[in-house]
Amino acid sequence: MAIEHSQVQLTKADFTSDQMVKWCPGCGDHAILASVLGIFPEIGYKKESYCMVSGIGCSSRFPYYVNTYGFHGIHGRAAAIATGVKIANPRLSVWINSGDGDATAIGGNHFIHLIRRNMDVNYILFNNRIYGLTKGQYSPTTKQGQITKTSPYGVIDYPFNPGELVMGARGTFFARAIDNSPKSLGEVFMEMAKHDGTAVVEVLQNCVIFNDKTHQEVTNRDIKEDRQLWLKQGEPMIFGKDRSKGIVLKGNHLEVVEIGKDGITEKDLLVHDATRENTGVHMMLAQMCPPEFPMAFGVIRAVKQLTYNQIFEKQMQELTETSSIKCVDDLLNSGDTWEV
Amino acid sequence: MTTEKLNEKKGVVVRFVGDSGDGMQLTGTLFSETAALDGNDIATFPDYPAEIRAPHNTIAGVSGFQVHIGKRIYNSGDNCDVLVAMNPASLKSNLKWAKKGSIIIVDADTFTDDAIGKAGYTNSPLDDDSLSGYILIKAPITSLTVEAVKDIFTDKRSAERSRNMFALGMIFYIYSKELDHTDSYLEKKFSKTPDVVKANKAVVRAGYNFCENTDVLQSQQVRVEQAIMPKGRYRNITGNIATAWGLLAAAEKANLPLFLGSYPITPATDILIELAKHKSLGARVFQAEDEIAGICSAIGASFAGALACSSTSGPGLSLKSEAIGLAVMTELPLVIVDVQRGGPSTGLPTKTEQADLYQALYGRNGEAPCIVIAASTSANSFYYAFEAARLSLEHMTPIILLTDGYLGNGSQLFRIPKMSELPKINPPFATPNDETYAPYKRDTETLARQWAIPGMEGLRHRIGGLEKLDGKGSVSTEPANHQKMVNLRAEKVQRVANRLPDQKLIVGDETADLLVVGWGGTEGALKLAVEELCEQGKKIAFTHFNYIMPLPKNTAELFNKFNKIIVCELNMGQFVNYLRSNFETKSFLQYNKTQGLPFEVSELKEKFNQILGGK
Ligand SMILES: Cc1ncc(C[n+]2csc(CCOP(=O)(O)OP(=O)(O)O)c2C)c(N)n1
Ligand code: SF4
Ligand SMILES: [Mg+2]
Repeated sequence: MAIEHSQVQLTKADFTSDQMVKWCPGCGDHAILASVLGIFPEIGYKKESYCMVSGIGCSSRFPYYVNTYGFHGIHGRAAAIATGVKIANPRLSVWINSGDGDATAIGGNHFIHLIRRNMDVNYILFNNRIYGLTKGQYSPTTKQGQITKTSPYGVIDYPFNPGELVMGARGTFFARAIDNSPKSLGEVFMEMAKHDGTAVVEVLQNCVIFNDKTHQEVTNRDIKEDRQLWLKQGEPMIFGKDRSKGIVLKGNHLEVVEIGKDGITEKDLLVHDATRENTGVHMMLAQMCPPEFPMAFGVIRAVKQLTYNQIFEKQMQELTETSSIKCVDDLLNSGDTWEV
Repeated sequence: MTTEKLNEKKGVVVRFVGDSGDGMQLTGTLFSETAALDGNDIATFPDYPAEIRAPHNTIAGVSGFQVHIGKRIYNSGDNCDVLVAMNPASLKSNLKWAKKGSIIIVDADTFTDDAIGKAGYTNSPLDDDSLSGYILIKAPITSLTVEAVKDIFTDKRSAERSRNMFALGMIFYIYSKELDHTDSYLEKKFSKTPDVVKANKAVVRAGYNFCENTDVLQSQQVRVEQAIMPKGRYRNITGNIATAWGLLAAAEKANLPLFLGSYPITPATDILIELAKHKSLGARVFQAEDEIAGICSAIGASFAGALACSSTSGPGLSLKSEAIGLAVMTELPLVIVDVQRGGPSTGLPTKTEQADLYQALYGRNGEAPCIVIAASTSANSFYYAFEAARLSLEHMTPIILLTDGYLGNGSQLFRIPKMSELPKINPPFATPNDETYAPYKRDTETLARQWAIPGMEGLRHRIGGLEKLDGKGSVSTEPANHQKMVNLRAEKVQRVANRLPDQKLIVGDETADLLVVGWGGTEGALKLAVEELCEQGKKIAFTHFNYIMPLPKNTAELFNKFNKIIVCELNMGQFVNYLRSNFETKSFLQYNKTQGLPFEVSELKEKFNQILGGK
């Protein structure tokens, strides 16, 4: 069902709420908020057509800071709440804000089922690899071995990579972005907004208080060009300070190569195709991590597939047209009835 | 058909039992619907095994269906007048439900050494005198069925499938019912397989004729008195279907889409199954990945402007606790249906109980009051589901509707209402572009906040589970505000009492020596027990609660008219303790049972007689 567009050009101010933003100074959430406020006017829907839904966590305070309809739910359940919002009211543009704990620990089940159904919602996953709001316990995305309040001798768990969960659930859209790169954040969010179906963007978000510099190995100024691969649809996968490195598919795995070395040219590099239905390469891209590989950013996967809501509305419409039961009186009198 | 004057009876109970695959549910349904068309009042109750397909001829695989027909029927009856047992295991496990002296019809062909052994008998009960206290009819049902259809089916398996129809024919003979209804039912149900229709029709007649020709049951023929029912159009309905339809009716009256977010669980699944059929009526049904997602999706749907519901049974209600608190905090309408079953934990999934009352009243963190109401018959589940939706929508607060396995799976006659007879439902919608709108601004009478639906212009707002500042609705941790909000949420639920009907006596009057009190699914048995004692001249009265939180306003006044009050319920005393905490100076007796079974009228009468006699 089409979402209504605004008749007038809206601005960032139209979406800025009157609430004091209470995140710590320097928290990555500020940049994500600025990006969202920046793109909402650009997307162009009516102010009243946006609905933010969150769970619990620092990042889940997000809806209070956006002047739209908003719902601050309970821990882990944002996906389930948003599902109800979208099914009940398909003319809303639904945005989920959820932390790594909210999305992949307590809410892990809802997360994969939302994606499996291809519910037409946008999902911003704030991955600071820590429980921020509860002050620094390890989360399912915390690195193995890390010392946190609840892992004084180092985390034993193997971590989740959210991208793998999305691919595993046969998600139709997955992108990755970084909180300190506002331009690319905005671009990725715009792509997400355009996608029909569950669109998940994992934002590497810095928690200055409880997990500062956790994304350092990819975000550090000195090495970031070598550690970040920004994917572009239809373009070869090139990265590195002087754009000298690339990714090739060798046999059944990916490899980093140097352009110009051993006769390798740009032509040998893997060309990004986010639209391939098969998750194989997208999965490998999502899995890449330093030091062996750069981390993949931008839109890794964007596949067209009917959404839950499109199929749902189609069924509703067809049945409404064909059923002989048009109202509850009809229903009550259907089947075996008799007069006394 | 015999021309002699038949015995007349006010009511009779027939219990059909057999192996899971023997078609006992269908047989029972056909008998009850035929009786209803013939002018009897009816109530039915299925008794399913927990196993889907337990081994053939074992007690674990026995499935049953009890039918009570007659002049005035409130429940599916205690013990039966006729027990139809299609194999030894079903006889063994169900004999306890047969009245002394009742008719027992068995398929004698199934009493092979093997089947007798599997049922746990050492000797065939047909050969010793263990059944001498009953009128035992050893009918060769299997062989006569095969004989009756020999021109239609030559393979034994297909032929034997119609055995249940033979038993049905015999019951039709005893209660002198016409076969037309069954004929047309069979024609409809098996329209794609004319051979099956033909075979079943032939076997029903074979059963009927067997009785007529052999005279075995002639002296037992009975005419069951017709019911005196208000004029109108009727149908048979189970409590779960009635609940589903009540929700649909409420959505239509409120002019809202109906949303159901549920996860399958016995004995509540039929509500989900039924509503999933009615997309054409705008039912937006979502089968969630678990009960938490079920209710959370319903809360999202409610925020987004639907009449939102979540149906479940006890274990599912446990999982929904946190989310119900969220609905309390966000002051959104939400109907939670709990079709109670035996607990705790997985408990007795297919059996009935009333032990979720505490959970409904108190099972949440914090001060989290909900409205709690209960249906009390399969048929009135329609009205209480409608009422649940109406109260929740008009008072902007979640409500828990309690039914149970007995009501949900049991069926009764239902007088079909016209939608125009039902009250309109008016949720307190906010007005678009109302500059004075604030999310927690309240109606001065009901204290309900206004409902602004996403998409409405000029009403953007944010709500959630954090404590809210009254009026404005922003997040607040201010101590005095929290106290105020706790009080307001409680008061809002209490004020629902202003709109409730008075609590009335259903049987008896104020001069009675004993007031019997019940709530929820036990109404039928309690009413019948008290009525029968009244008819015997006992001074006894009966009142039954559908509104539990809040209680009707005149409850104390009503109780104060009686010196002795006994509260009967299928748990260890949850309602009676709730009443004790509400009416501290009043003393209450209690009668409880937790066997996964409904009350029997006989046990109730015995208990009441004991109290009355000992005064
Ligand atoms: C049912 C429940 N369990 C636990 C909590 C406590 N809790 C609140 S937020 C949180 C973790 C937050 O981490 P994350 O989701 O990563 O969000 P962040 O604060 O890092 O943005 C926890 C454990 C809760 N609020 N509710
Ligand atoms: S604790 Fe961390 S995640 Fe939470 S607001 Fe502060 S910096 Fe941000
Ligand atoms: Mg986190």
